[in-house]
Amino acid sequence: MARHIVIIGNGITGITAARFIRKLSDDRVTVVSSETDHFYARTALMYIYMGHMRYQETKPYEDHFWSRNRINLVRGYATQIDPGQKVVRIADGNDIAYDALLLATGSQSNKFGWPGQDLLGVQGLYGMQDLTLMERNTRNIAHAVVVGGGLIGIEMAEMLHARQIPVTFLVRENSYMDYLLPKEESALINREIAEHGIDLRLNTELKSIRGRKTAEAVETSQNERIECQFVGLTAGVHPNIDLAKASGIDTNRGIVVNEFFETSLPDIYAAGDCAEFNADGIGSRRIEQLWYTGRAHGKVVAKTLCGHRTPYQKGVFFNSAKFFTMEYQTYGDVPAQSEPHIRSRLFQSGRKLLRINSDRESGRVLGFNAMGVRLRQDQCEAWIRSGTSIKNVLASLGKARFDAEFYSNAVYRQAAAV
Amino acid sequence: MEHQASLQLTSSGADYSAHQKIGLAFIGVGLLALLITFLGEGALNPTVTLALSLAGLLTGSGILFARMLHQPAGVNNNGVWFSGATARGMAGWILGIVFTGFYILLYWTPSNLEQLIRGTDALSYAIRGSAADQWFLYGLFYTLAVLVMGIRMLIKYRDNRYQILRTISVMFFQLGLAFLIPNLMVLLNQPEFYFSYFWPLKYDYLWPSTFSSLTQGPGLGIFLLFWTAVMTVIATPVLTYFFGKRWYCSWVCGCGGLAETAGDPFRHLSDKSARAWKIERWMVHSVLVFVIVTTLMLWGNQWMGGGLLGGMSQEFSRWYGFFIGLIFAGVIGVGFYPVMGSRVWCRFGCPMAAVLGLLQKYFSRFRITTNGGQCISCGNCSTYCEMGIDVRWYAQRGQNIVRASCVGCGMCATVCPRGVLRLENGPLEARYNGPVLIHHDDMSVQLDETWKQSRPLMPPVQEDLPILTDDDL
Ligand SMILES: Cc1cc2nc3c(=O)[nH]c(=O)nc-3n(C[C@H](O)[C@H](O)[C@H](O)COP(=O)(O)OP(=O)(O)OC[C@H]3O[C@@H](n4cnc5c(N)ncnc54)[C@H](O)[C@@H]3O)c2cc1C
Ligand code: SF4
Ligand code: SF4
Repeated sequence: MARHIVIIGNGITGITAARFIRKLSDDRVTVVSSETDHFYARTALMYIYMGHMRYQETKPYEDHFWSRNRINLVRGYATQIDPGQKVVRIADGNDIAYDALLLATGSQSNKFGWPGQDLLGVQGLYGMQDLTLMERNTRNIAHAVVVGGGLIGIEMAEMLHARQIPVTFLVRENSYMDYLLPKEESALINREIAEHGIDLRLNTELKSIRGRKTAEAVETSQNERIECQFVGLTAGVHPNIDLAKASGIDTNRGIVVNEFFETSLPDIYAAGDCAEFNADGIGSRRIEQLWYTGRAHGKVVAKTLCGHRTPYQKGVFFNSAKFFTMEYQTYGDVPAQSEPHIRSRLFQSGRKLLRINSDRESGRVLGFNAMGVRLRQDQCEAWIRSGTSIKNVLASLGKARFDAEFYSNAVYRQAAAV
Repeated sequence: MEHQASLQLTSSGADYSAHQKIGLAFIGVGLLALLITFLGEGALNPTVTLALSLAGLLTGSGILFARMLHQPAGVNNNGVWFSGATARGMAGWILGIVFTGFYILLYWTPSNLEQLIRGTDALSYAIRGSAADQWFLYGLFYTLAVLVMGIRMLIKYRDNRYQILRTISVMFFQLGLAFLIPNLMVLLNQPEFYFSYFWPLKYDYLWPSTFSSLTQGPGLGIFLLFWTAVMTVIATPVLTYFFGKRWYCSWVCGCGGLAETAGDPFRHLSDKSARAWKIERWMVHSVLVFVIVTTLMLWGNQWMGGGLLGGMSQEFSRWYGFFIGLIFAGVIGVGFYPVMGSRVWCRFGCPMAAVLGLLQKYFSRFRITTNGGQCISCGNCSTYCEMGIDVRWYAQRGQNIVRASCVGCGMCATVCPRGVLRLENGPLEARYNGPVLIHHDDMSVQLDETWKQSRPLMPPVQEDLPILTDDDL
């Protein structure tokens, strides 16, 4: 008999799981979410604000896709789970009975208890409601401050800049994202930020936000006061564990799961941003908060949910981003600080940069960073996985190019000359 | 403190609008002069007012474009969905009505354009030795639009060499092969011939009437026939095999040239729905059938000395010329830019695109490859695909894009913020790579296959629209 699989959260994790469950089984699938009626790309939030796209363009599937594929969508907020009765309580008073339940509740913006963090005009950026709020909060303002030098922070700075709102960008570190990026990469981004006319304040933290009802100014750790009518708090995100906690499921920073995404309660699973792998889990990163990892989790947990218990295994790490106009891709292991066993080769030509790391002793290639150039993921991954020697990689680097036709080959020429 | 904030505003905000205002003022003057020419009834010298108009429009555009140079190079579609002109707002509809109205006057009552036409006489005498007619006026406006908006493209995409070369190419072909050479040929007493258009887009180039006029007409006629035949029968399939339909649609063709330059601000207005795709396939192939049938009938009739179906073939060809050649390609094709995007004709109507599309789909090395699992499903690629291809559908599951309608403009790859897409020519094997697994080491293809066998798969939903059968296992 067809079971009923209920998924909380219609982000990339929940939706990927729903799609694969539909493909693998005839079970009933219901996706509950309080944010939007349909799945949209959270990664595209910035483009809506900048006017590149509207909400409807950010939806990866047409609205009729869901009913055609018999994926039932429910708009509502899940307040509690009753694991004994196997039902989920929805805020509107309805109960949804499940045979198996997947929590894919995502993340929430961090707030660190700054004085004034609850004033009007102060907000984070995570979901559609935040975007609506930001639209309202930034109307006719003269100056904005963005706090926190991560990926969402720089996106927010770019968003405001696109609306011609002058931005001061407070970054705790010595150089933008130097905790993740080697110094040359980080320097390129500092330059990119400055070229766009953003007032970048490095080594600067937020001390407090001033204002009576709405934000009027921020005070920084450098004891400066910056007048502003909007403060964007983008100092990272944390897993959204509200529902799990309220329902007696084991949580730590995230919802604790094993490599099968099983939580501490039977028939309840958690995946994506909200999940935290337990100690005997996998790899060093216990919480994975990326679009790509959400998609991978969703796909694997779907198999388990359909009765084919499949462990999650991490592959060669990859990620990408765009900092204003600067594209960035990374494959494998490229730490910010050079480590003794790593030999790092850097090829740079103006705003184009290519870094290739290899093992100092064996010469095996370990990782790639590309800025302003595009690399082919399959190729980089194959080289890393098979431990190809750096010599061979440099000799056949052309195979990994993914740039548009006629694109400058300056960095590849440098690499080939080694 | 207030003061400090407003100072900052001056350096980026207010400055922008002042600059913009000057540019718009020049454009306003240009439009006014155009209106005066149009309505002038000869009270003012139309050559002078038209020249003034063009000077105003060109200067204004130049000022606005110069502003773009001050911004860092890179994709910038800021505010595209906020501006009325580019988001089907009031300004967009007005533009659409003006464009459509111009085509209607041009085709049906050119006498209304008399003053504008007289305004171009001087130029017409200079390059083709005779007075202007409405087609000269049209050709001039068309070419200017491609050139001016081409310069805008060159500035907007100045950090992307593919876009630069492609834009220079369409500007060159429009100015040289679709404007200067045909007019110079008239000057030299040759047939007015367009080297960059072939059957079935230029449908009458393979019609018996053109054959007889070229073979009996002066000079180069035989060579021109030879050119048409070679381009249609040999060059088209060969070039499409190696490069895809882009060699023509986004590098050479004049309709494509206008779409890629003047149409660039409207490219995102194309309909991306599966429904629109279905309509497109029906429509464009119907037009192709229509033109083939018409051409065959005309030859049959010619061969039988007028015996085939009496005057039917003439009637057929007149209808084709009217509905497809005039209304579809012109009035709707260009007039509706601000409403339906820049490639309405190319997508739904052009029989040349249909032929190139069939070749591209089944017999070409061209494809757009995707970069593993890097897609974040943001939707920029689909949004800015002027052909209404839902590029993201393929990209997010790591599948190559092999679509008949893709004109290879490269814009999806240009706007993609994650470097996911690449236009490539490569071997035919594995061109249709199917939805590949995207970076999940835990699931080898083999595991997936055995899994499929051990549990029944859901029957695919709604096979008629491939875009809806989600089978990326
Ligand atoms: C602005 C921004 C840009 C980003 N850009 C990138 C990028 O470029 N690359 C990248 O790899 N990652 C990026 N990320 C991170 C990425 O978007 C997330 O990792 C990913 O969306 C997580 O997916 P998820 O499905 O696990 O959770 P989410 O997408 O957060 O989905 C969870 C959903 O569940 C809903 N929900 C939560 N609790 C309940 C409840 N109790 N009842 C009902 N509904 C509930 C939430 O409202 C939400 O809609 C970005 C994130 C943001 C905010
Ligand atoms: S798929 Fe890409 S290259 Fe093809 S027409 Fe669309 S935007 Fe242009
Ligand atoms: S291919 Fe690029 S532009 Fe298209 S959805 Fe994916 S990331 Fe966005």
